[in-house]
Amino acid sequence: MQPLTFWQKLYIPEILRGMAVTTRHFMVNLLGRRHTVTQQYPEEPTQVSERYRGRHRLMRKEDGAPRCTACMLCATSCPALCIHIQGGAHPDPTVEKYPVSFTIDELRCVFCGLCVEACPCDAIRMDTGIFALAAYKRENFLYPRNLLLGDDMPTNIAEGKAPNL
Amino acid sequence: MAKKLTIDGKEITARDDATIIQAAHEAGIAIPHYCYHPKLSIAGNCRMCLVELEGRPKLEISCNTPVVDNMVVLTNSPRVIEGRRGVLEFLLINHPLDCPICDQAGECGLQDYYMQYGLYHSRFQEEKVHGRKVVDFGPDVVFDSERCILCTRCVRFCKEISQTDELGIFERGDTAQIATFPGKQLDNPYAGNTVDICPVGALTSKDFRFKIRVWFLQETKSICPGCARGCNINIHHHNGQVYRLKPRQNDAVNETWICDAGRFGYKSINETRVLHPQIQQDGALQHVSWQVALEHAVEALQRHGGAAVGLVIAPQGTNEDHYLLAKLASEVLATPHLVLYPGVLGDEDDFLIRADKNPNTRGAQDMGLPAPVTTTQLAAMAQAIDQGTIKVLYAIGANLAAAFGPETVLRWATQLDCLIVQTSNMVSGHEQAHVLLPSATYAERDGTFTNFQGRLQRINAAFAPRGEALPAWQIYTRLASSLGHDWPYVSAEGVLHDIAAATPRYAGLSYAKIGDLGYPVTHES
Repeated sequence: MQPLTFWQKLYIPEILRGMAVTTRHFMVNLLGRRHTVTQQYPEEPTQVSERYRGRHRLMRKEDGAPRCTACMLCATSCPALCIHIQGGAHPDPTVEKYPVSFTIDELRCVFCGLCVEACPCDAIRMDTGIFALAAYKRENFLYPRNLLLGDDMPTNIAEGKAPNL
Repeated sequence: MAKKLTIDGKEITARDDATIIQAAHEAGIAIPHYCYHPKLSIAGNCRMCLVELEGRPKLEISCNTPVVDNMVVLTNSPRVIEGRRGVLEFLLINHPLDCPICDQAGECGLQDYYMQYGLYHSRFQEEKVHGRKVVDFGPDVVFDSERCILCTRCVRFCKEISQTDELGIFERGDTAQIATFPGKQLDNPYAGNTVDICPVGALTSKDFRFKIRVWFLQETKSICPGCARGCNINIHHHNGQVYRLKPRQNDAVNETWICDAGRFGYKSINETRVLHPQIQQDGALQHVSWQVALEHAVEALQRHGGAAVGLVIAPQGTNEDHYLLAKLASEVLATPHLVLYPGVLGDEDDFLIRADKNPNTRGAQDMGLPAPVTTTQLAAMAQAIDQGTIKVLYAIGANLAAAFGPETVLRWATQLDCLIVQTSNMVSGHEQAHVLLPSATYAERDGTFTNFQGRLQRINAAFAPRGEALPAWQIYTRLASSLGHDWPYVSAEGVLHDIAAATPRYAGLSYAKIGDLGYPVTHES
């Protein structure tokens, strides 16, 4: 650490200098909107980058069935152990296996995106841009298969469009 | 006369009738293979075990080439690796590559060897030949002909081991496939083994299908408690849940097989468990602490003294349990009313399945419990209860309703002063118990079983007992302590130490000495 100069040791001038920076930002935010870093969330949608890892969603095949084959590669790669899948035998022998239940514990999830990378079928994505998950009960953060598929979601998400992009 | 040969520069002495693959495996050199199985005849059709022999122009299959003196074998030369790569390319031509939904993924011979010898860049551009998917072969086996590499292990198993001949190869060329003969089902009592020996995902078990991916499973060495044979098994479990049992090789007991009844015997570990000590209160069983339950039991045992206590024991426990139980009966309770009730005899065959469906009837007698009684001999005990000589009945692992009849148990529930039932699973009749003590299953505890041959074998705890269940020997130790006898036992191995000191045939034995494959205690050691 560098030793303080005599000027810095006086403290008062440095405090004033700092206050000047704070006041300048305050005035800019208060008066003009140029260069403002503060976002008016939630009135204005937050800008997230395209690669932002938001809440998961499950994709569908062309016939509307879940793309997921319950191979468990996402659950295997998940470092937070938050994906719980139960596989089952599908009546169609060419499909063979499908997820009877697919639950993500969003409270345990660390949003690392390894599940998306691991998926061989592009069945799980994190491109919804949703980062503000809210619920009144912890149980409501156990997102079941149909919610992740978009059945119980606002239409824009169900159609695969992230709401805030 | 043994033969000397060199494999990969290593001097090896092999049996006279050994093949190269056997000699190599005995010397610890692994040679990739699919169709070769040590307990089946040689088929030589997968071509995966190719090796290079000095002085021979072509690669030879090691599974069907007998060893010759001064033979020089190379198992990993560039030519051999190229050969294996070619074989794998052929085997995978029509393979569907559906590993993500295939139950075998993670323990698949095709995956494992492809990682080592794979081509990685497929040259195959034609249309794959499609086969039959999800073909129902029998009660537990599902077949997928696209994944099959026609190694014929399952066909040979049904011909040579189960000797039931359900399977065969039909058609020719790229339409050749395994199938059951018309009108036949793969339903022999050993059918599950075909799934074990299938090196790929062609045969899968309906029971295990899609339950869990194999890489989540942990293995614990154990012994099947389904009958007196005591087949060596591995318990495959995850998070305290057992998903399947697999046979473990022990040539003295079960070679590499187990029967289907044993294979599906794990369900009692997961289901219908008694998890908490319970006592009868207000007309129903109520959960209580171990202390309260034992107080209830001990109070009744003390009130009437040893002579009024009857014990019905099923030989399901380990030697450690039975040793302490015999000690409890003779030293602490001093009761003459003691019966070892093995239940009714079941099916038997000349291969693995034994009629006695208990794992430790022989061990129970070695530990000082009486000889097993038949159902008719139970009448004496029933009479003693009806006459009021026995006022406290302590049933250990025994199904009272099956032994004495459900009405009798119902009558005794009011007639007896105390009915103590110690069990790991709830069966009909147990709800009449005055005191219900939960005991741990074989997957949750250490111990030893002595099979019908007199072979002492170890079971190991795969996970902690569910709920508040305790290994039986701990329950006896707690009971003895409540009755004023402080026993020094803190582990099952400590009990075995005492058994080794007290029983001549078990002298000097420890868990380390018994090992994974057991130890014969048939003669004085």
